Amino acid sequence: MAATVYGKKSIGENTFDVLIYIILGLLFLMCMYPFYYIFIYSLSDAHTASRNNLAVMLYPVGLTLNNYKEVFAMEGMASAALVSLLRTAIGTVGTVVCSGFFAYLVTKPMYFRKTIYRMTIATMYFSSGLVPWYLTMRKYGLYNNFFVYVVPSLISAYFIILIKTFIEQLPASLEESAMLDGAGYITIFARIVFPLSKPILATIAVFAAVGQWNSWFDNYILVQNDELTTLQLKLYDLMRTAMSIAEKANMGTSAGGALSHLEEAVTPMSIRMTVTMVVTLPILLVYPFMQRYFVKGIMMGAIKG
Amino acid sequence: MRTKKIDPARLRLTLLALPFVAFIIAFSYVPVHGWLYSLFDYRPALPLFDNEFVGLANFKTIIDDMRNTGRVLGNTLIFFGLDILTSVVPVILAILLSEVRSRKFKKLVQTTTTLPYFISWIIIFSFAFNLFSFDGLVNQIITAFNPDAVPSSVLINKDVVYQFQTALRLWKNAGWSAIVYLAAIAGIDSELYDAASVDGAGRMRKILHITLPGVAPTFFVLLILSISSMLSSGLDQYLVFYNSIVASKLEVLDYYVYKIGLMRSDYSYAIAVGISKTFISLLLLFSANWLAKKVRGASII
Repeated sequence: MAATVYGKKSIGENTFDVLIYIILGLLFLMCMYPFYYIFIYSLSDAHTASRNNLAVMLYPVGLTLNNYKEVFAMEGMASAALVSLLRTAIGTVGTVVCSGFFAYLVTKPMYFRKTIYRMTIATMYFSSGLVPWYLTMRKYGLYNNFFVYVVPSLISAYFIILIKTFIEQLPASLEESAMLDGAGYITIFARIVFPLSKPILATIAVFAAVGQWNSWFDNYILVQNDELTTLQLKLYDLMRTAMSIAEKANMGTSAGGALSHLEEAVTPMSIRMTVTMVVTLPILLVYPFMQRYFVKGIMMGAIKG
Repeated sequence: MRTKKIDPARLRLTLLALPFVAFIIAFSYVPVHGWLYSLFDYRPALPLFDNEFVGLANFKTIIDDMRNTGRVLGNTLIFFGLDILTSVVPVILAILLSEVRSRKFKKLVQTTTTLPYFISWIIIFSFAFNLFSFDGLVNQIITAFNPDAVPSSVLINKDVVYQFQTALRLWKNAGWSAIVYLAAIAGIDSELYDAASVDGAGRMRKILHITLPGVAPTFFVLLILSISSMLSSGLDQYLVFYNSIVASKLEVLDYYVYKIGLMRSDYSYAIAVGISKTFISLLLLFSANWLAKKVRGASII
């Protein structure tokens, strides 16, 4: 291409570097600060914070775990945490085992193999829609039932594609020798294919686990039972209450400002922040471990495209 | 080995797969029978065939109800358009990241910008509320500098609904979407850059003439692919950020189906709207696929 003016180059390049650092630095703050703000607020003394919100901007004031104590003493909170943990654990294991085994079968020369595979992939491109799905789940008895959280997601077409692609590139010789020893398909899957597919199955486990933890719509429309409420829905209820108060304040004579919270150790604001933190924390904790897996996952998905 | 395999083995495999096939039928195909409901005036208390058969009346309602359906379709398309316009942001982010010399800084920014993708819309709503509501941080800062300022909240501001929701989606997804482009950039032959350097090209020039053309194919494939999801804005975000003040602009097609179907229990009409959406989406998918074949000679599905 055309030659550049050499004298200008270094100055231009330096400005360029500085500009990149400024833009990316701002993006970093935009993505990080909301997490950080909620975190320090949840550790702050609720009343000090509500008297002067600006005190809590960079670090917690009046460091305390009171908010967390109050949150876990809230009715239904411990049970919601348990439900969320259970659905994540059971849902993830179930999805990895079922999708893994089914994907393995699809690589084998069974009857109607093509039809079965196509039928599976087709589910990615059409959907019966929300209402038919809802009505069918109710007919299956998956209403106010823990299984509605974990069963419908056991097989996912996208996961099947990823696992199948991975299994197909494993050396066939290992399986063949096991077969000569008289091992059945289940044994071969459990002893050979499953361990060899660990990289892809770990990726899928990460996606399934995050999906399960974040899931709330199934809870929202199909579970009215308090004992089966998840953490996400607890937070949702809390936020809706806060929102409707704000909405009314705006429509009325703009009462606005801070409502008085008399003698309690916590405020609605500090409770909201703390519950948000409780719901976010598991994601933050596993996030560093997930990273190498999800990059792999999205790349494998991209190969297809 | 394959040819030697005799029927019993294949049969055993098929039998092993059978429960999974049954599962897929039960959870993805059986629900389709619900489409029949759109042909009736369905009341939840009665068995389906005891309800009055109304033919395509529910589909005709979509047109008669144009005041609503037109509005939600408009909202859906506006959100889609804004998503297309902002789809260059992940490309820019990926290019900026690839230009960073410090690996540590690159890693740090990439890690934090990807993080929002992994949290639910409920958490994002909580973030937004705690930052932007009347007693949220932003208003606190404004009133600290200007005590006379009237607190305002983007959450209940009807004028910026589209912009605000698009910004939120961008915040959630841009870092994640950038990963694909980073991979595309990593795949560019480094000799191209070396050759350009020898020719005296600066960084800006290399970005324009090597990096951009390098990511363009990926960008266009994803762009074409997104056409098929034009009508599927998703539900979570709109359900969570819904309030009476912004309702008229926040209601997208998916939300409308939810509202008439599950809030008002008008199953028949909701299903008719849902079916229409499914068919238009399939049509868009095939058109997109046809377009992809024309443009790059390979299909996307």
